[in-house]
Amino acid sequence: MWCDLDVGRAVEDTNRRMLRARDTMDRHYAEPLDVAALARVAHVSEAHFIRTFRATFGETPHRYLQRRRVERAMFLLRSCDRSVTDICLEVGFTSLGTFSRTFRDIVGESPSAYRSRGPLAAVPTCFAMSWMRPSSFG
Amino acid sequence: MFNALTISQIFVLDQDQALDFYVGKLGLEVHTDADLGFMRWLTVNVPGQPDREILLERPGAPRMDEATAAQVRELLTKGAMAGTLFFTTDDCQKTYETLLAKGVEFTDEPTKRDYGIDCGLRDPFGNAIRFSQPLS
Repeated sequence: MWCDLDVGRAVEDTNRRMLRARDTMDRHYAEPLDVAALARVAHVSEAHFIRTFRATFGETPHRYLQRRRVERAMFLLRSCDRSVTDICLEVGFTSLGTFSRTFRDIVGESPSAYRSRGPLAAVPTCFAMSWMRPSSFG
Repeated sequence: MFNALTISQIFVLDQDQALDFYVGKLGLEVHTDADLGFMRWLTVNVPGQPDREILLERPGAPRMDEATAAQVRELLTKGAMAGTLFFTTDDCQKTYETLLAKGVEFTDEPTKRDYGIDCGLRDPFGNAIRFSQPLS
């Protein structure tokens, strides 16, 4: 029994550290983020971080970050009239080509086609960030 | 029908640690801390607002079998079953800086939104907390 409890505590501690790294991505999605820095936040090695993050949240840190950036772009496209290039840079992409390709891969349409769906209803941003995140590639 | 919302509940892994955080760092006050025998009934509230309590409940036996409690703790720590509490503040930036200096972990820095200035943090267990300075 004590053994099960120990395992449980270890999982909780690991989860909390992975969540801390994921929160860092949510907070700094627009900045260049590398796995080394995120692994340091979680106090684990890089290889261990990628593996454990995926086991905890079902996707790699890279994919999580891409979806976060695309979600922020989706939000901005439909809530302000700034240019697609501005929005691309603001959410952390450095090239419009990569942004457009990634956006289309994830959302299934181009940024401007997505924008043409019109403005979003006003909801608290934290829920928009949780629920508007596209659920899969392709 | 209903008159008021009085008590909301969230799960915490450790009630003493929860007190350190919710009272010691966030500045809430203890409403009730009672040993009921079968559980420790621990609620906190925003100072001056004792009619809205937050119950800080520990998942565990006998309410849940140990395996279920372990699942709840796992989900809580990965942020997946974490409750969300929304508070208001007169000065979002100042509150943010005060809490940051106390070592609170933030998920969002103060940001201007349509409805006010808003930011987000986590409690030590994975629960999400937000506070906003509403548009005046």
